Amino acid sequence: MALIEAQGLEKRYPGTDVKAVAGIGFQVERGEAFGFLGPNGAGKSSTMRMLACVSRPSGGTLRILDRDPVSHGRELRARLGVVPQDDALDLQLTVRENLIVYGLYFGLSLTHMRAKSAELLEFAQLAEKAGERVEHLSGGMRRRLTIARSLVNDPDILLLDEPTTGLDPQARHILWDRLFRLKSAGVTLILTTHYMDEAEQLCDRLVIMDKGLIADEGTPRELIERHVTREVLELRFPPGEQEAAGEKLGGDVEVLPDRLLCYADDGDAVLGRVTELGLHPLTALVRRATLEDVFLRLTGRSLTD
Amino acid sequence: MSRLPAAGGAHLVVLRNVWVHKGGTPWTMALFSVYEPILYLLAMGVGVGALVGRVPGVDVPYAAFIAPALLATAMMNSALEETTQTVYGKLAFDRYYHSLLVTPVTIRGMVAGELLWAVLRALVTGVGFLVVIVAFGLARSPLVILAVPAGLLTAFAFGAAGLAAAAYARGWHSFQYVQLVMLPMFLFATTFYPVTVYTGWVRVLVEALPLYHAIELSRGLALGEVGPGLLLNAAYLLAFGGVMLAVAQARWTTLMAR
Repeated sequence: MALIEAQGLEKRYPGTDVKAVAGIGFQVERGEAFGFLGPNGAGKSSTMRMLACVSRPSGGTLRILDRDPVSHGRELRARLGVVPQDDALDLQLTVRENLIVYGLYFGLSLTHMRAKSAELLEFAQLAEKAGERVEHLSGGMRRRLTIARSLVNDPDILLLDEPTTGLDPQARHILWDRLFRLKSAGVTLILTTHYMDEAEQLCDRLVIMDKGLIADEGTPRELIERHVTREVLELRFPPGEQEAAGEKLGGDVEVLPDRLLCYADDGDAVLGRVTELGLHPLTALVRRATLEDVFLRLTGRSLTD
Repeated sequence: MSRLPAAGGAHLVVLRNVWVHKGGTPWTMALFSVYEPILYLLAMGVGVGALVGRVPGVDVPYAAFIAPALLATAMMNSALEETTQTVYGKLAFDRYYHSLLVTPVTIRGMVAGELLWAVLRALVTGVGFLVVIVAFGLARSPLVILAVPAGLLTAFAFGAAGLAAAAYARGWHSFQYVQLVMLPMFLFATTFYPVTVYTGWVRVLVEALPLYHAIELSRGLALGEVGPGLLLNAAYLLAFGGVMLAVAQARWTTLMAR
């Protein structure tokens, strides 16, 4: 039994004809880390709001924990954890109080929350900041507190909307480590991101969304194998020479605004041909294909929004 | 394991506000809230009162005449303060209610909770100012004590209006419009003189104001002039508050769906 099942799911906002989500289907199994990838405006956040039972689907079916999110919204929200994009912490309360008071909203007792908050502060590496006002925390700390807050009710499913957007690299790595721990502990994670490395690191399975639809679905490895070659040769040319070089080189080439991507199973062989053709790239790099290549292939042309 | 909070979690919204205010005791809160009405009581009641003497028609000293009106307006202002700017800040900037949206607390629970908190806040003000009235020797009837529960009805009506206003506000400047309505209402809705001063359509206009009914109710009880008219005043406040609450609920539901 899947924890979440969606079929033909749609979201249209009042007053517009545009479908933010235009009919998507997916399943999330228990213990899985499931990702929604896509450029801005792809419909990720709209999907997440429906999964959080705060936004009514406009069409299709959605079952969460085998219940209907519209008729059983309140009951379901009690079993979900949500990490919103903007932390929306209670600025008038301290770090610890944020956890305690939030737990009360779930019907948990003060006694329970006093103990639980200590445990969560430890997990979020915020024990030393327990008595501080939230406004004095760094962005990374706030996000960790928001994650701790989402765990007060030991949720069956944790929803994270762009969990590391706007954080510096160190803060991101600390956060990923915490999310790994949750995953190892069996928590089902659903996250949206537009960072490919994040998706590769964290997601067992993901869907790539574009213009409200699912472009493809699979494990990061499957997606790479399906859409791109084993290796990629990245070439940079002086501005203006990109297009011409791409045409001259031929083959499986993607011309991006800033560089050429040549897909090949043997990148060095292509690099050899570049030299033979008398092309002089400013830089040349052979690397393994990543999810970013898949992403650019599937949604690349819409990135220039 | 937890059970879903009752009443949409309204009491938890109240609890959170009490928690945030834990720095101030009810007594310091009451002191701040009665400061302004005491100034009016001194300037108007004692100062102007010396010229007026006894109010014609009611035959009580001027200060005793305006004291129950000041009690009603003080409780009204307490409820409005808690539901307009404070709520707007939490709504538009802190996104506090959005963080509640993903919990079992319902939108009805949020609105009801903030309203209940505003009424409680007004209760503190009301008790504080009742003490002032008694201390100034302005209590004319033991029924004056009922002016406080009457003020809770006033707080309910204006608190609900405040919650609707906060949800319609487009920025901090929007609250200038609230002032634009509240100040003249305070001055002209019979706070400082009987309604018999007005004639014709002006009187009809004044009698349509919610604060007029709040003051009638408060004054009637405080001066011990109880009649069936007071029930009408109470019914008006209840109906006004009920409509405002429905408006607020609807607007909040639309806002939170965005």
